[in-house]
Amino acid sequence: MRAGVVIFPGSNCDRDALHAVALAGADAIPLWHEDPDLHGADLVILPGGFSYGDYLRAGALARFSPVMRAVAEHAAAGGLVLGICNGFQVLAEAGLVPGVLLRNASLRFEHGWVRLAVERRDTPFTALVPDGRTLRMPIAHGEGCYHLPDAELDALEARGGVLFRYAGPEGNPNGSARDIAGVLDARGRVCGLMPHPERAAESILGSDDGMLLLRSLVTSAAASGVAR
Amino acid sequence: MSGTAATPLHRALGVTDEELAAIVERLGRDPNDLELAMFSVMWSEHCSYKSSKPLLRTLPTGGDDVVAGPGENAGVMSIGDGLAVAFKLESHNHPSAVEPYQGAATGVGGILRDIFTMGARPIAILDGLKFGDPASPRTRHLVRGVVRGVGGYGNCVGVPTVGGELVFHPSYAENPLVNVMAVGLLEERLLTLAAAPGPGNLCILFGSTTGRDGIGGASILASATFGAEGQQKRPTVQVGDPFAEKLLIEASLELIEQGLVEGLQDLGAAGITCAVSETADRAKTGIAVDLDAIPRREEGMEPFEVMISESQERMLAVVLPEKAEAVLAVCRRWGLPAATIGRVTADGLITIVSGGIADDGSPLPGARVLARIPAAALTSDAIVHARVASAPTRRRPAPAPGLPVRQAGSLPERGMDSGAVLLALLADANLASRAWVTRQYDATVGTDTVEASERAAGVIRVKGTRKGLVMATDANARVGRIDPWLGAAMAVAECARNIAVTGARPLGVTNCLNYGSPERPEAFWELGEGVRGIADACRALGLPVTGGNVSLYNESLAGAIAPTAQIGIVGLLDELDLLVRPAFRAAGDAVVLLGSGGAGLGGSIYAELAGIDPDDPPPALDLAAEAALLRLLREAASARLLRSAQDVSGGGLAVALAECAFWGGIGADCAVPLHASPADDLFGEAPGRVVASVDPARLAELRALAERHGVPLRRIGTTGGDRLRIALGDPASATAEEGAVAEHGALDRTLAELREAWERGLPRALGEDAGDVVSVASEER
Repeated sequence: MRAGVVIFPGSNCDRDALHAVALAGADAIPLWHEDPDLHGADLVILPGGFSYGDYLRAGALARFSPVMRAVAEHAAAGGLVLGICNGFQVLAEAGLVPGVLLRNASLRFEHGWVRLAVERRDTPFTALVPDGRTLRMPIAHGEGCYHLPDAELDALEARGGVLFRYAGPEGNPNGSARDIAGVLDARGRVCGLMPHPERAAESILGSDDGMLLLRSLVTSAAASGVAR
Repeated sequence: MSGTAATPLHRALGVTDEELAAIVERLGRDPNDLELAMFSVMWSEHCSYKSSKPLLRTLPTGGDDVVAGPGENAGVMSIGDGLAVAFKLESHNHPSAVEPYQGAATGVGGILRDIFTMGARPIAILDGLKFGDPASPRTRHLVRGVVRGVGGYGNCVGVPTVGGELVFHPSYAENPLVNVMAVGLLEERLLTLAAAPGPGNLCILFGSTTGRDGIGGASILASATFGAEGQQKRPTVQVGDPFAEKLLIEASLELIEQGLVEGLQDLGAAGITCAVSETADRAKTGIAVDLDAIPRREEGMEPFEVMISESQERMLAVVLPEKAEAVLAVCRRWGLPAATIGRVTADGLITIVSGGIADDGSPLPGARVLARIPAAALTSDAIVHARVASAPTRRRPAPAPGLPVRQAGSLPERGMDSGAVLLALLADANLASRAWVTRQYDATVGTDTVEASERAAGVIRVKGTRKGLVMATDANARVGRIDPWLGAAMAVAECARNIAVTGARPLGVTNCLNYGSPERPEAFWELGEGVRGIADACRALGLPVTGGNVSLYNESLAGAIAPTAQIGIVGLLDELDLLVRPAFRAAGDAVVLLGSGGAGLGGSIYAELAGIDPDDPPPALDLAAEAALLRLLREAASARLLRSAQDVSGGGLAVALAECAFWGGIGADCAVPLHASPADDLFGEAPGRVVASVDPARLAELRALAERHGVPLRRIGTTGGDRLRIALGDPASATAEEGAVAEHGALDRTLAELREAWERGLPRALGEDAGDVVSVASEER
């Protein structure tokens, strides 16, 4: 199973994602933003960071890069894509997942540990998460307030498009609508989430809950790779 | 750029008549205007250390593990396995006072460049921040801007901020201190020095283009006292671009990894002038600069502007001619402008040419030589001033008629409500939770952060090994104001203790010396005492000083800052699973106090809160006892004798116990013999003490180890419950064990109320609690 991690100029969690997804059992390779070839990746991860400096709007420029055309084709063909933090913003800007990410309600960058309720366990991203288990992982972002008009939120929830919500005493760190921390595209193959599973992949770092998500993905991608 | 009859050019540039004479002597002629501008920035206090150099030579710098010491961009120490750690502290005080966001942001950028210039990937940032009264609107503006600036830069480049300190003291009101420490990790074989060897080699400038920003930042802003015209200095502040810095980090490390550079230097203060003269002087070579080849971001720049611009995010690489194309290709890949701007020469001269240079660096026919200065004259042979030091005369005000003379050490605390005092201390802006700050800093990027908090040391694991790096930064300005020697020595001791309580071995020391004008004998005396304090403490603790930075002229119309020696230490934990953390971990553990402190409330937070006479003496420092305590802590940690350990510092024993308790969610019942006065025993900040918790079954073992090291150990209580109780007893019972202490009214509070006071203190002090709706548990792990 091969996992490709896209490096945009300004990505700063690319090395972290490569490290964690390799720990989860993948053959992890970097994908350069100017290269439209995914080099056989079964799973594409868009990592966190400040792609292109985020000077216009978080994720706004990254979606025009050559690699993103390939990522869109990969997703259209049913390939798995995970966007973390800035990667979620890029997916949202590219229209690969619904919603937009606004500035945090506090108007400040927020770093801390949050707890995620897992809304569905029948997805490639969460298949290995035990029933009732919440996931503890860090957040680190300035623009993570998930927004959609109410009617679209209703529709998103109705189709099972909400995958993670902020939960527990740590609460909702950024004012996201309906505590939404992560969403799925209509086919359930593309996921964007603000918290960082790759930073919660080893107990020495405070939590290995993120590994449940990454292992789920590696396992699912390996299975669908065989099927294809 | 020109002088007038009233103010000759050299004086307008901050060069004294004496310095001009020294320049003429070195050149053998009068300098032209461009040369004078180059001298003015290189001979600024900031670049030349012309006042502090003789003092800095007295610091101990040798050690088995030292790979690179003072004089390089950062200190480097070996950690085994072919790996080394690079670290350094640097100030960005004056820019932050003028423009807090950009000042702090570029401070982070500058110190990160010092780290990756050596071939090290930056792995952590720590910040030492000092401000005036948190209730003042100006302080709040500065705090918000500086914290946003540190975060804005560090978060974007993807380096975690894992520790630091935030101090409020009235002396910093007009002159805040922004000291930033960066730590990097490198393979020793990739160590790269900032030198320009090999005549004929190319000098390639890459990164941002050169503009008019930050002209004279080092000379005008950092090397003069703030007067009434402070705001006019805004154009001298540099503007940072962390996105460009991130690309610069990746490109620089790639160049080093591929073996494409002979030397690498970042551009900071004094810009291109500093980079070419320092790299040439270190290699005993010269550099011919092709002025027209320097990429600019604006039209019509004067030669002197190009040469001294402090535009950020630029690097100078010294490259073999046959590798130039490969270097340019790496820069192109990262989208960074790059240009060959000069040649290394054998003549030891910095030559600035307009009109082109030949392959050997000589001017092309028809080209003009605009400046020609020996590299050494700009750097190692710069003027050194013998400043006058004189201890200040302390004037004690006479007591008002009819009022009793207040005696130090006999304070009226017998009837005090010690629980209320503890709550007030925990809520004090100087001691309360730093979550309001740390929440704005990305502390977990890099997937190596094991521990990040503002009150304890930061811990970073080293991937691929079982090792951990432990880092902290401390200063003690309150004691420094009373006794600058003691303040500096105590900062070294406290910082080393913060490293040692985790079980790590402190490796080496970096420092940032923040003082007043060296032209004022009292301030220069304070600087001398601070350096002597660092030297004495480092010798006693066996620690080398591997580098640092000096920031003088920290004065405003309101006066000078408290003498502030900011200390940074990196320690090595050979086995990360031996890490000892500060929070209590289990009920029923024995609580012990290691070490013993003397009396003296001077310089404590309690003294400030209680309005105690500022002349009350501070507690004494016993450096031999500190050294023994550090050895004991390391051995106790390797024998897994300690369940938890926390340094006793700000707020004293009661605050340390409260933190251990509410961080762990486990209370404690303690009894402390009355030794000096209740205030001294509970809230005094005598150094040399650590609170630890121990499995009772292993207490005897720890006691024997402490005896062997000559460190006093006293059991003061037992963990458990959801309250913190501290009873104070008579000195007669000082030898008795817990429970046998006759009580004088115990401090008894629930963990919930202690924690609440601690959590709300800082937002309240800064007037930020209204906007504090979102709660993220960044302190809890």
